[in-house]
Amino acid sequence: MAILSCPLPRPTTDRILLAHGGGGRLTNQLIESVFLPAFSNSALESRHDGAVLSAAGARLAMTTDTYVVHPLIFPGGTIGDLAVNGTVNDLAMCGARPFALSAGFVLEEGLSMETLRTIVASMRDAAWAAHVAIVTGDTKVVDKGKGDGLFLNTSGIGVVVAPHPVGPESVRPGDAVLVSGDLGAHGIAILSVRGGLEFESEVQSDTASLWPAVEALFEAGIEVHCLRDLTRGGLSSALNEIASAARMRITVEEAQIPVSGVVRVACELLGLDPLYVANEGRLVAFVPERDADRALEILRSQAVSAGAVRAGTVHEDVSGIVILRSRVGGNRVLDMLSGEQLPRIC
Amino acid sequence: MKFLDEYRDYASVQRMAQAIRRTTTRPWTLMEVCGGQTHTIVKTGLQDLLPAEISLVHGPGCPVCVTPLEMIDRAVAIAQRPEVILCSFGDMLRVPGSAQSLFDVKSLGADVRIVYSPLDALQLARANPKREVVFFAVGFETTAPANAMAVWEAEREKVPNFSMLVSHVLVPPAMEAILASPDCRVQAFLAAGHVCMVMGFEEYLPISRKYRVPIVVTGFEPLDLLEGVHMAVAQLESGRAEVENQYARAVRRAGNRPAQQRIAEVFEVTRRAWRGIGEIPSSGLRLRDAYRRFDAESRFPVEIGHAAESSECIAGLVLQGQRKPYECPAFGTRCTPDTPLGAPMVSSEGACAAYFHFGRRKENGDSIVSIAASDH
Amino acid sequence: MCLAVPGRILTIFEEENLGLRRGKVDFSGIRKEVCLAYTPEARVGDYVLVHVGFALSVVDEQEAQRVFEALRQLDQLEELQEGAP
Repeated sequence: MAILSCPLPRPTTDRILLAHGGGGRLTNQLIESVFLPAFSNSALESRHDGAVLSAAGARLAMTTDTYVVHPLIFPGGTIGDLAVNGTVNDLAMCGARPFALSAGFVLEEGLSMETLRTIVASMRDAAWAAHVAIVTGDTKVVDKGKGDGLFLNTSGIGVVVAPHPVGPESVRPGDAVLVSGDLGAHGIAILSVRGGLEFESEVQSDTASLWPAVEALFEAGIEVHCLRDLTRGGLSSALNEIASAARMRITVEEAQIPVSGVVRVACELLGLDPLYVANEGRLVAFVPERDADRALEILRSQAVSAGAVRAGTVHEDVSGIVILRSRVGGNRVLDMLSGEQLPRIC
Repeated sequence: MKFLDEYRDYASVQRMAQAIRRTTTRPWTLMEVCGGQTHTIVKTGLQDLLPAEISLVHGPGCPVCVTPLEMIDRAVAIAQRPEVILCSFGDMLRVPGSAQSLFDVKSLGADVRIVYSPLDALQLARANPKREVVFFAVGFETTAPANAMAVWEAEREKVPNFSMLVSHVLVPPAMEAILASPDCRVQAFLAAGHVCMVMGFEEYLPISRKYRVPIVVTGFEPLDLLEGVHMAVAQLESGRAEVENQYARAVRRAGNRPAQQRIAEVFEVTRRAWRGIGEIPSSGLRLRDAYRRFDAESRFPVEIGHAAESSECIAGLVLQGQRKPYECPAFGTRCTPDTPLGAPMVSSEGACAAYFHFGRRKENGDSIVSIAASDH
Repeated sequence: MCLAVPGRILTIFEEENLGLRRGKVDFSGIRKEVCLAYTPEARVGDYVLVHVGFALSVVDEQEAQRVFEALRQLDQLEELQEGAP
C-alpha cells in the first residue's frame, strides 16, 4: 500500500487574512508581531481594551474602535449603535465614566442617504442613553466599490472612577468569574439577516451600554479586579486573553453559562459554539470570592445585566489556560479561537 | 431541543457511566469511526467519565482528513479558473494541499464560497448562468443522498453549468482495512449512526463475523455514545461478537431505501485512496457514466504534480487509531491548527485538532485536562 | 460533517419544478425548508433527522424512550440489590 504524503506547512504570515480580524489567536498574533513592536509604550503593552493615562493630574481612559459590520442594519441595532456602545463599553471596562466620543465616517459613494440618517439617528439615541456627547467627527467618501457602504470609527475619553487599576494584572487566585447575561445574541442576529435561517421570533442584537452595571459595582464599593466586554470571539476569547495576561488558570461550568433557547438552536443548526459567538452588550467581571454574591445582586439590579450569573473561578497556576467542565461532567480546554468563526460580525 | 437535550442530561449520563464501570472488569480498546462522534467525545470530556480500562481510539472518521492530497490540489487548481465558483463545506477550505489550501487561494482572489448544502451550489449555478459552479463533494455515505439528488436535479433540469468534484468514501471497507492490519489493537467498533441511518447496518454483519468484533451502531449525543460503549463492553465481557443498534430511534436495519436507490442511480462504487492509509479497493463513490458530464474531474482536466513526502506528520497512524495525537512528536509544537502539518489538525472533526483544542495534551507526563480535573 | 438535527414537520408540499416532496420543519423556533423526498412515509407532526437540507429518517419516538426505560430499570435493580442482606 502506498503511503500518501502529508502536505508542507502552508505560508500564513505574508498576507492579511480575514481571520486576522476574528478577535482570536491570529488577531493577537498580528498585534504582537506588527503593532506592539512598532508603537511600544507601557499603556499599549497592558493589552487592555482602553489605555489609562495620567494627564495634568487627572486619570483618563482613552479607547478607539472601528466597525465594519455587514449588514449595516440588523435586528436590534445598526452599525451606529455598535460604534457608540462599543466605545462606551471599552471605557467602562477600564473603570472609567465615558463622557466624550468622536465619530469618523468612511462612506461609500452611492450609500443611500436614508440609510445614513437611520444609522446617525441610532447613534444619537445610543449616545443619549449612555450620557455621552459625540463632540467631534470626520467624514470621507470613497469610490463606489471601495467601501462596502460605511466604515465607522469611534474614539472615546472617560474619567477613571475605579480606585484601583482594573485589568488582568489585578486578577487574583480565588476570584469569582461573573457573566452579565445570556450569550451569542449579537452574532446570531447578524447571521439571521445574512440568510439561510428563518426565525419564528426575531433574535435581536444585545448591543447596549454597560456603564450602568459597572458604575453600580463601583458605587457599592465592590473591589472590581478586572472587566472585559465580550465582542468578537465571544466569552472564550475574553477569558483566554485574561488568563494569559494574568498568568492564571480559569475554570468555568458549562451548565452555568446562560444561552437563550433560540440562540442555542441556531448554533446547533449552524455548527457554532455559543462560547465563541459575538456579543455587544455583555461583560465578564472578576471580583474577590467574598464579594461575589453581593456583586451578582448589584449586577442583577441593572437592566443591562439582569441575567448575571457566576460562571467560574480563577486558580493559581501559571499555565494561563481556560478549562470548561461540560454539562455532562467531563473536562476540556476552552481554547482560543483559531481562525474566524463568523466574518464581519462587528 | 427535543430528541437532543434528553441525551445530554447530566444525571442520565452519569448513571450510564456508572453502569459501564460496573460492567468493566478488563482493559478494552474501542474505536469510533466518525468525526462527529470524535468531536462530541472530546468536547464533552466523555473520556473522563469512562473507567481507565476503556480506551477509546479515533478512526478515519473525518472525510476531510482522508481526502487525498491530489484531490485537494485538483480543487485548488479548478478554483483558480476565473469562470469557476467553487463551493464547499466550511471545513474543506482550510486543509492544505501540496502548496495551498482553498482558503489561501480565496484570499488571493479565487471565487471560493462556503455552502451548507449541495442544493445551495446548484442554486448558485441557476443564478449565475455565465459562471461554472463546481461543488466539492466530500463525505461519507451520510452526505451521498444529498449529493445524488443535486446531480439528479441538475440532470432533469439540464443545468449546463453545474458540476461536482467527487471524493466520497465508504465506511465498511475502511473498517475492514483497519481490522486486517497486523498492528490492529481494536477489539470493538462504534459504527457511525448517521452513515447507518442511510445505509442500514447489514453490511457490518459479515465484518463482525469474520473478525469476531462487536459492532454497535451508535448516535452522537453523550448518552448515545456512553450507551454504545456500554453495549460494546457488555459484549466483550461476555465473549459475544454481534452487530447491535444503539441508535434505534434513527437507524433501521435496512437503512433508507429511497436514499440508497438514488445513490445507486447516480454513483457507483470505485477504489479510493485514503490520505494517510493508502488505497482501499471499493471504498469510494464516483459518478456513473450516465452522469459523467457533471463530473468536474472530466470537465476541468488539470495537471497535478506529485507531492513531496513530509517526514513528520503521522496522520496515517492517528487515523488508524495506532497513535494518539499527543504521541506525535510534532503535536502542539511544530503542528498546530495555525501551522498544520496534516489534515487531522485542520478539520474540526480531525482527532489532532480536537485534542489540541480541547486540551488532550501531555505536558510533563500529565494532560492539561487531568490537572484541572483534580480540582473539582 | 455528519451533523443531523431533529425537527418537527409543520407543512408538506410538492415543489413546482420536479414535483419533489418538500416541507417546512421547525427546530425549536427556527424554521427551515427541507427536502422530504427520502422520507415518503413522513407526516405533518412527525420528527425527522435533517442533514444538509434533507430529511433522512423519521424519529421512532418509542425507541427514543428506550434508553431512559433501561436506566430506570438499572436504578430499580440497584435498589433491590442494596436492599438485600
